[in-house]
Amino acid sequence: MKLLTCPVNGPRNITEFQYLGPVRAASADQPEQLIEALFYAENPLGVMREWWRHTPSNIVLIAERHTVSDQIVATYLPNRKPA
Amino acid sequence: MPFSLLKYGLRSRHVPFRDIPPTPDLKRSYDVVIIGGGGHGLAAAYYLSNVHGIRNVAVLEKGYLAGGNTARNTTTIRSNYMTEESVRFYKEGVELFETMSRDLGFNVMFSQRGQLTLAHSEATLRSFHLRAEMGKHMGTRIEVVDVRTVKELCPHLNLDLGGQHEVMGGLWHADGGTARHDAMAWGYARHAGARGVEIHQRTEVTGFEQAGDRVTHVRTNRGTIAVGQVLQAVGGLNGQVAAMAGIRLPIRCFPLQAMVTQPLKPFLDILVSSANLHTYLVQSSRGEVVIGGGSDPYQLASTRSTLDQKEHLAEGALHLFPFLYKVKLLRQWAGITDMTPDYSPIMGASPLKNYWLDCGWGTWGFKATPVAGKRMAETIATGRVPDVLKPFDLSRFDSFALLNEMGATAASH
Ligand SMILES: Cc1cc2nc3c(=O)[nH]c(=O)nc-3n(C[C@H](O)[C@H](O)[C@H](O)COP(=O)(O)OP(=O)(O)OC[C@H]3O[C@@H](n4cnc5c(N)ncnc54)[C@H](O)[C@@H]3O)c2cc1C
Repeated sequence: MKLLTCPVNGPRNITEFQYLGPVRAASADQPEQLIEALFYAENPLGVMREWWRHTPSNIVLIAERHTVSDQIVATYLPNRKPA
Repeated sequence: MPFSLLKYGLRSRHVPFRDIPPTPDLKRSYDVVIIGGGGHGLAAAYYLSNVHGIRNVAVLEKGYLAGGNTARNTTTIRSNYMTEESVRFYKEGVELFETMSRDLGFNVMFSQRGQLTLAHSEATLRSFHLRAEMGKHMGTRIEVVDVRTVKELCPHLNLDLGGQHEVMGGLWHADGGTARHDAMAWGYARHAGARGVEIHQRTEVTGFEQAGDRVTHVRTNRGTIAVGQVLQAVGGLNGQVAAMAGIRLPIRCFPLQAMVTQPLKPFLDILVSSANLHTYLVQSSRGEVVIGGGSDPYQLASTRSTLDQKEHLAEGALHLFPFLYKVKLLRQWAGITDMTPDYSPIMGASPLKNYWLDCGWGTWGFKATPVAGKRMAETIATGRVPDVLKPFDLSRFDSFALLNEMGATAASH
């Protein structure tokens, strides 16, 4: 079983988490970025920052994960990236 | 015939016939370079060389011939989509499969056994009515059927699913079927090769040289070549290869997994799929039960498999056919799919004048191999995008003219 570490609950089975997609550079609130924000999501080969939610406790977190090796590099609460 | 066979058997030295010509050295330039030696690239090469007389063509494949998603798919062929544009296009694809074995002189084992999609809710049944009406309007064989007919079509199906989400009806698509994916690819490769198309395996495209809005050269691990026109059809890595040419595509990579059981006596002679259970099954001509379903839950550009997803597929399969509980799995695998936001492909022009796209095939592009190859070859040969392809242009995302096929794709491919 693959584990993902919730910043509050510790390491949990990844099936307890919901994937909410990449952290987006473009914002749908900016009219000139609307199409980019809606359709052109990040899709790198490498480490990507993404939103996840631990469903039983409703904790929303950020994970940094490698999109080829599937290695999870770091997880933290939004705006609390460890130094 | 028996005598010639005997003569052949007794001859001490004979040159074996090669279906697919060996990989030659790269020439300095080609009229058309096709990136990606999967079904789509090979079909385009076939139509360019055999129909349009364009023979100075190279297919560049970084691995081995048709070893990408063409080798990994579960071979569902169907045209029961939601929008008029899609049904028109996929219907042409199904029709090309109907004559493919004859056209290629190569048995692709097309078996038009019909596809049954199950509804376990009123909402699903309503969406089936929409698809059935569109399909009838476009001249395909499709109808909504009640539970009694479901039982006739598939007597072994567990209709009550243990009291949860019982089957309420189905969408019966008599045009649906399967074919042998490898045979299709080899058939196209053989005929393209016979007309002079060069197939370069283990040849990876690593970059481009551009002048203004044109690609002038393609860089590969085996050298740089000058090009007239380029067709990109690289399956899961379409987003990344387009980025090398400076083209941004609305594509995300997700793995899609599938598996087959040990061979069983024939019990299932149609394709069965359940949108609610995210599972579909088909029994191959060898007797193996092929089981597929929805994509992995998060983005990844890797062909690794997971136990979670395999358990999920097994669970769906057991709901539908509980007697499979003792059956062993024989093989399992995954492919990287290039998913678009609207579950429709991106075909046609790109921002570069001589660079054409056949991308975003995600989890559903096998059935479209012949029609995409045919129509992309026509596009390259004439410089004009045919009407049937126009709705699939990349520019649809700028004008919000999406072709939403998510509901008609998610669990059936
Ligand atoms: C598990 C699974 C089940 C599926 N089931 C179905 C189904 O039932 N029905 C259906 O219609 N579709 C299905 N699909 C989708 C279908 O397989 C694909 O959409 C289709 O095969 C795409 O064909 P292609 O030729 O475009 O891509 P591919 O067959 O993937 O070929 C692309 C080729 O490009 C090569 N390549 C990549 N990068 C480079 C480079 N830089 N240079 C040179 N070559 C490169 C790759 O090695 C690959 O061989 C399924 C997919 C999967 C993974």
